[in-house]
Parts: sequence; C-alpha cells; structure tokens
Amino acid sequence: MKPRDRISEALRVAGRGGEPALVAFLTAGYPSKSQFREHLQSVAAGADVVEIGVPFTDPMADGVTIQRSSQAALAQGVSLRWILAELEAMPRLDAPLLLMSYLNPLLAYGLDRLADAAARAHVAGFIVPDLPYDESSDLRKALDAHGIAMVQMVTPVTKPERMKQLCDNTQGFVYAVTMTGTTGKNVAVPNEVIAYLDRVRALAKVPVCAGFGIRSREQVERLRGHVDGVVVGSALVEVLERGGNPTEWLGALRGSARTKDSAREKG
Amino acid sequence: MTAPALDGERLLADSIAGKFPDAHGRFGPFGGRYVPETLIPALEGLEEGIRKHLHASDFQTEYQAQLKTWVGRPTALTYAARLSERWGAKVWLKREDLAHTGAHKINNAIGQALLAKRLGAKRIVAETGAGQHGVASAAACARLGLPCTVYMGAVDMERQAPNVGRMQLLGATVVPVTTGDRTLRAAIDEALRAWVADPLDTYYLIGSAVGPHPYPYLVRELQAVIGREARAQMLDDAGGLPDVLIACVGGGSNSIGAFHAFVPDKSVTIIGIEAGGRGKGLGDNAATLSYGSPGVLQGSFSMLLQDQDGQVQETHSVSAGLDYPGVGPEHALLLAAGRVRYQTASDEEALEAVKACSEYEGILPALESAHALIGAKQWAARHPGQRILVCLSGRGDKDMPTLQTTLLAGAQ
Repeated sequence: MKPRDRISEALRVAGRGGEPALVAFLTAGYPSKSQFREHLQSVAAGADVVEIGVPFTDPMADGVTIQRSSQAALAQGVSLRWILAELEAMPRLDAPLLLMSYLNPLLAYGLDRLADAAARAHVAGFIVPDLPYDESSDLRKALDAHGIAMVQMVTPVTKPERMKQLCDNTQGFVYAVTMTGTTGKNVAVPNEVIAYLDRVRALAKVPVCAGFGIRSREQVERLRGHVDGVVVGSALVEVLERGGNPTEWLGALRGSARTKDSAREKG
Repeated sequence: MTAPALDGERLLADSIAGKFPDAHGRFGPFGGRYVPETLIPALEGLEEGIRKHLHASDFQTEYQAQLKTWVGRPTALTYAARLSERWGAKVWLKREDLAHTGAHKINNAIGQALLAKRLGAKRIVAETGAGQHGVASAAACARLGLPCTVYMGAVDMERQAPNVGRMQLLGATVVPVTTGDRTLRAAIDEALRAWVADPLDTYYLIGSAVGPHPYPYLVRELQAVIGREARAQMLDDAGGLPDVLIACVGGGSNSIGAFHAFVPDKSVTIIGIEAGGRGKGLGDNAATLSYGSPGVLQGSFSMLLQDQDGQVQETHSVSAGLDYPGVGPEHALLLAAGRVRYQTASDEEALEAVKACSEYEGILPALESAHALIGAKQWAARHPGQRILVCLSGRGDKDMPTLQTTLLAGAQ
C-alpha cells in the first residue's frame, strides 16, 4: 500500500462506525524538544492520523496558540532536518504521519531530497497551508515518486469549480477548513458549514476531514455523519502545554465510552 | 525551486516587452501566489477587478483627479544645487516628500482604496512599518468614507510615534502587533490573518510591491507615476535623461515606481539602495537582494533573508520603512536580469545624509530616502560631473523620535 493510501485507509477504518476519525496535530518539539518522541507517541495512541507541525517564523494561517508553539519550538532549535532525523530513528507508529509545514522550510531543505528523507522517516503525507494547488506541481512531483500524499485544503469560500478540482486532486484526504480565519478559535458549527461539508463529501473520492476551530465533543457530535474525520490542532497543543494527557483528551473527544481501539473493534 | 540558471538578457527583453507578470503572476521565476486557500477567491476577485477597472477610462479619470487635486501631483523635480556642488555632480531630487501625507505611499493608497470601493469592500485593513503607508491608507479611507484598520508593530509604534497619532486623527484604528519581530513583517502577518478571517468583505490594502499576485503588479502600476513624471521632467526641465537613477529599496514600492519608466533606457544606470544597518551579519541589516537567497515569504517567491533551515531572519535598520526581510519579486527579476544594481547604505551613512540634505537643501528627508542620497554621494565620488536623479521618497518629520536620540543627542 502506498503511504498516501495508508492515510485514507486509516481514516476509513476508524470512521466505519459513523464516529468521525481523529486527526491530531502537534507542533514538533513543543512544549519540549527532549520529550518530542514521548509526546508524539501519546498523541498517536489516541489518534488515527497524526499531523506533525514543522515550526516556521511566519505562520500566517495560524492563530495565537500555534504561533506561540512554533516560536517556542524554533527557540529550542527545532528544524525540519531535526524532525526528519528523529522520525527516522523512531520505531514506526501505527497511525500514519503527515508533516504540516509552510513552504519555505521545505524549499530550503530541497524538494527532491525532502521526498527521499520523508519516505525514510515514514512520513505518509504533507499539508502545506501556503501552497495552493496551482503552485504545487514541483512538490507534488517529488512526493509522487514515493507515493506520499499532498493534501489539499478546501474552504467555505472556495468556488464550486475549484472545489471539484481540489477534491479530484487531493491525496489521503480532503482537508475541509470549517471557517474563514486562522486556526484555534472555538466556533459553533452553523448549518451553512454542515451543508458545505456535505457538498465536499459528495465530490470527494477520499475521506473528508474538517479542521480549524474544533475543540469539543459537542462539535464532533454535530459533525458526525457529515465528515469522515476531524482535525484537532490548537486545542491539543494547549493540552500538551498544560501537561495534560493527550491520549485521554483525544479519548474524551471520541465520547466517554470509546477509545481508539474500541472504535476500531466496533468498526 | 532552487534558482535556475537564468538568461538575464532574455528576462530583460521580456520585462521591457511587458510580458511580466505572466499569466501565473510571475516576473520570470519570481512572484506567484503562495497563500492559504481561503484567500484564493479574494485574489482572483482582485485580479478580475484590476483587469476590469485599473486601466479603464472612468477609473483613470477619477484616480488622476485625486492625484492632481488631493495628492498634489505632479510632485516637483528639484535641482539640489548645494549638494551637487558639495558632491561634485549634478543631483536632482524627485520630491515624493511633497506628496500629500509626506511620501509616495499615497499614490498607491488612494488608487487601491478607489479600487476597493469599486469591488464593494466594506472595510480596509493595512499594515505599516514607518507609519507612512498607514497614514496614507487612513487618509485615503477618510477621503472615500471607508473604515480602516492599520496593523503596526509595537517596536515601530514607538519609533514612529507621530504617525500613530496621525492615523488615529484620520479615523483609523491602529492595532499594535506584539507577535513575531514586532516590526513590518509581523504587521503584514497580522494583516493577512485579519484578511483570512473575512476575505470577501475586507480589502487588504498592501503598502509595498510585495505579497501574492496581483499585488506586486498593482502597486507597481500605481507607483509608476513617479518614474513617468520624473522622466518627463528630466527631459523637459533638466535637458535630458539622467546618467543614473537611484532609489531606496525596502519592500520596493517607491523604487519600482521610479525605475519602471526608465528600465528600457539603456543609457540610464539604475541603482537600488538597501538598508545596510550596522553590518553584513545575519540580523544586522535588511539588505535582502544584497545578502539574501530565493524563498517564499508572505505570498510570493522572491529573495529573502533566511537561515539554512528556511526560517526568516529578524532584520535591523535605523529606518522602519526598510526594516523588512523580503523584497518585491520584480526587484528579484531586475537583479537576475542584470538591469538594476543593488547596494547598501549603513545606518550611520543614512543619518549623515539626513543631516546633509537638511543643511544644504532645506529638505528634511525620511531616513528611508536618505539611503538613496548616500547612493548618490558615492556615485558622484566615482563619476564626477554626472547627472544623478534621486527618488526622495518621503519627508523626515516622522523620524523625529529617532533623530532626537541620534543626530540631535549630541546637540543638546
């Protein structure tokens, strides 16, 4: 199975019972560079797919939490090189891993080298928030050689024709941004957003995951039946920040009686 | 996307032929549109709006009328007789400091505000470094009755305090930016975030020839009036084209505006002066084209001050308006094409030029513009007697807090 298909498969298996799969985000090396592996493992134990944030000095799509975590990670010397080396040295996790990075650190690393190193580090996909599909051919080509996914985002303001293009060309899953704005704000999920997610799902050939502003069980319940998965970022970073247990927190997001494993068994 | 081997002559020929930006928003390899998906519809709408309005006669009539009766254009071309004598060359100053609100920024601000109104924008957001673009945006919005929010780095609010009060008097809301480097770059990040939050009703009035396509093109078109006027004034009033044209480069809007009309004039040497700050080290200057490498920041592929991991570096300049680690993509093209030379002037030299221009010409130039004056002084030393045209992009009143602690510190 190609790495990108592992992502879709993990989301489908987890979502089989109707409960949305969990895609969990953490900023690499935050809150502590030395505990990165430990934090990653405990997030992966509670999530179906994990996004590892590569810190960048100018995270223009991110709200205050991820700005803060990125800055702190950079201050500890976290870099893409370091992240890839750590991942390569770790035993491979069950949950497929994606790297979420702004474009410039990827360019500085070198796109061809990047694809090779990502494959060695068991990275199954990339999300690049400042790289629209139209500008992505170089990276896409490099990743394709290793079957690594390039995930496209769609938004509530994306026009129908472009929505179809993005849904046709995304790999792994469709990242459906639930609102205009940066990451991390707690929002209600209005009916228009549900209708938008239904439209995305009707177009998509791979699972659809909703992200930006998701932090409560109520939101997850509201989204059930309209998406295959939900992405949690800022809220989980805040859990790590205050020394909480990410596995437990993710379990609670799935509903009190369900853990990652019971979700799988029921599925 | 490592910089490919570029054919400079070909790039220059294409540039002069008007082929840039191309259909992908690129100036040769530079430019493009690197933004979150949420902004794509807004940028496509802006591109469409530019196509429809910018060169249409009714828009141009309204824009030209604002430039003439409100901005005060054409701005003067001043022969700097005493500096010329002192430096041993013939120096003319294109007086953008005489434009309304005190700098070239107003040419762009009123043009974009007019466009925003036609596109149905409900509110304007802008960023500012030195405060000049913020003041220009606030004034343009007041003139046209649009609400305006300006993001400004906390560091800049301190060193350009007079401009903060001006923006407030002009009815704008000034939001201090305390994230990132707390200067122009962080202000742009924050303005972009505000735009991402409301991409359809908010118009982002960017202040320099940077950002995603179509902004670098739009800002150049609105600033090109500087070079068009100056070229005609040199021919009509100064007996011919200059030997050399010099402007300061931060994001690069006054310079691209001054250069554009002169790019085809092969007899005219063109020089951009960047902020050399306190030295060549990473973090000690803001000289992107002199010391940077290709990369993507804030929406476009251009030159960038960055470390080996692609992290954007903090910059330093005595001049807030030049204190930026990126530069407009068309400047990266003009460098690659070999058409424009980019050099640096240090903080100390810029202060020296503020003093000289004030004492010898009765003109207090902005610290930004003073960098260009140093370029002129150095050129004159090597090419005595030549004809030098300097874009004096703005006036220096806004720099009084900095000047009080530097030039004036010894005098009291």
